[in-house]
Amino acid sequence: MKIHEYQAKQIFARYGLPIPKGYPAMTVDEAEQNAKRLIDETGTPVVVVKAQIHAGGRGKGGGVKLAKNGPKEARELAEKILGMQLVTHQTGPQGQKVRRLYIEQGLPIERELYLGMVVDREKRRVAMMASTEGGMEIEKVAAETPEKIHTVHIDPAIGLAGFQAKHLAFALDLQRHGKETVNEFVKLAIKLAELFVKEDCSLCEINPLIVTKDGHVLALDAKINFDDNADFRHKEWAELRDVHEEDPVELEAKAAGLSYVSLDGNIGCLVNGAGLAMSTMDIIKYFGGEPANFLDVGGGADEKAVTTAFRMILSSPKVKAIFVNIFGGIMKCDVIAAGVINASKQVGLKVPLVVRLEGTNVELGRKMLAESGLRIESATSMKDGAQKVVAAAGK
Amino acid sequence: MAILVNKNTRVVVLGITGGAGSFHAKQCMEYGTKIVAGVTPHRGGEKWEGKVPVFNTVGAAIKETGADCALIFVPPPGAADAIMECADVGVPLAVCITEGIPTMDMIKARRFLEGKSTRLIGPNCPGIITPGECKIGIMPGHVHKPGPIGVVSRSGTLTYEAVGQLTALGIGQSTCIGIGGDPVGGMDFIDVLTEFNNDPKTEGVIMIGEIGGNAEERAAAWIKANMKKPVAAFIGGATAPPGKRMGHAGAIIAGGKGTAKEKVAALQAAGVAVAPTPADMGETLKKLLK
Repeated sequence: MKIHEYQAKQIFARYGLPIPKGYPAMTVDEAEQNAKRLIDETGTPVVVVKAQIHAGGRGKGGGVKLAKNGPKEARELAEKILGMQLVTHQTGPQGQKVRRLYIEQGLPIERELYLGMVVDREKRRVAMMASTEGGMEIEKVAAETPEKIHTVHIDPAIGLAGFQAKHLAFALDLQRHGKETVNEFVKLAIKLAELFVKEDCSLCEINPLIVTKDGHVLALDAKINFDDNADFRHKEWAELRDVHEEDPVELEAKAAGLSYVSLDGNIGCLVNGAGLAMSTMDIIKYFGGEPANFLDVGGGADEKAVTTAFRMILSSPKVKAIFVNIFGGIMKCDVIAAGVINASKQVGLKVPLVVRLEGTNVELGRKMLAESGLRIESATSMKDGAQKVVAAAGK
Repeated sequence: MAILVNKNTRVVVLGITGGAGSFHAKQCMEYGTKIVAGVTPHRGGEKWEGKVPVFNTVGAAIKETGADCALIFVPPPGAADAIMECADVGVPLAVCITEGIPTMDMIKARRFLEGKSTRLIGPNCPGIITPGECKIGIMPGHVHKPGPIGVVSRSGTLTYEAVGQLTALGIGQSTCIGIGGDPVGGMDFIDVLTEFNNDPKTEGVIMIGEIGGNAEERAAAWIKANMKKPVAAFIGGATAPPGKRMGHAGAIIAGGKGTAKEKVAALQAAGVAVAPTPADMGETLKKLLK
């Protein structure tokens, strides 16, 4: 799960990480008021108006602007940014509509650095990475100049050790700003590591982490992704969720306990198991078709969940043919058959349906489908099914 | 003819009185697996299905029944703790089926396993089966057939697909293992391939990977240097869009890394035959045996 920069900064503040002063704004009026408030409080006339969307690269896309001449200018910038379709390298060409702003104090920047945390699967530890190349796409730095990224791995029994934080500080050459700058960084890094674990993050990024002209270290940006698996112990995440940033169909699927990803093609897929669902997309594409979605009904889905899943596919206007590909293990074929039949009765089946059933209770499932009166083309294997559905969608 | 588990393996089921645990313990038992004990806190002293003794702790179950393998169905909030409990009392093999364990919990559990003898399969996996001998997991037993091929996979249903294809071609399996779809888990490809390499009865291996992480690339390097037996592979997710989690927490292309293309190239460079589609896994392996 992703959250906005201003929400991430509120969490940073709770852990005592230094951030610039700032206030969120949902309207242009609010943006102006908050700009005035910031200028009064900080005594500096410069504020930054920042678009809040769940994607990086906002600055390059024109979603972050500096107002040097007071609240009126901040208002004008807010008018431009609020409501715009912000296109960045992470949003795709259609962009993302800006519905929230963050008004932040402007600071005199000496250096822009990068500090990030992820789970390193190979080491089975959380890794903290620091780089002198702040403000850039870190993927690019990693690909082109990996020697500029410094990494330490965190022992879960210890947390980030002081020496590790110091190692990163010296690797970033922070000593040139003075001893106090190194100390500030060390404190920030240790607090960030603590936050990452306690808040069940899957990713934390500060890009850029800045050193101000007077040698202070602050998080100028803040990005947090949460580990969805941990949501049972974070009731507060519900309030942080911004449904405007998420695909409504994916949200509906999630509520039903399904895993769904929208794609651009016209062949709807209903599959059990993530691996089989992914490979079903692959084989459709291999035979020249384009999948409309990734849909894993999982192992524990009941008839109701399967009905919801199949109804979602049937309701999508872009779907020209449907492929149900099931290898029942925990999932029983008769449950799938019942869900398919229910949903078809509710919404109506107007496109060709190809079904391949295998595994637990397969005979019962096939019998139910055969007796349902639905127009179904049955497939003997995954390959047979994929070829049939691609042909059907092409008609 | 097997790795890790056989007909003599004695299994304790954690969460045996729960819905999933009870259902699958029964299925395993019907397959022939020796289910010797169950563990559910506060239910110690009961008999599950009127015959299998239930204990409050894993330690007590091991002591009383001599179980040497744990099958874990404990729900996500307590699953990592259950893994650690097994390791603490020295259960040789723990198989964790549970899906949805927080990554942070698994990082701690892995740390706890360091220096201990317990080997972990999973979590978020179908388990392990030695066809004709024992099934310790949730896979459909009837699609399997005893024989010479080892199967190792990050995905559950895709494993069934591979096994189904092999069986249809008349080729049996030595042992099939699902290592799970989470970013942090137990045994990885290399651990399992090492076992297959050393097993005199395994003559070839199907390895099924998916997008995300670099476990397949590391396995490819290991295969090139060490593997004495033919390996066929398939990588799921060639058409997955970047940045989207494809069901498994581990199946995500992040920062342009972990794509199917990179993995296929690494495997091919290591002499592995990569199936062009998931429907060709069995055929691809069969060609290697000739």
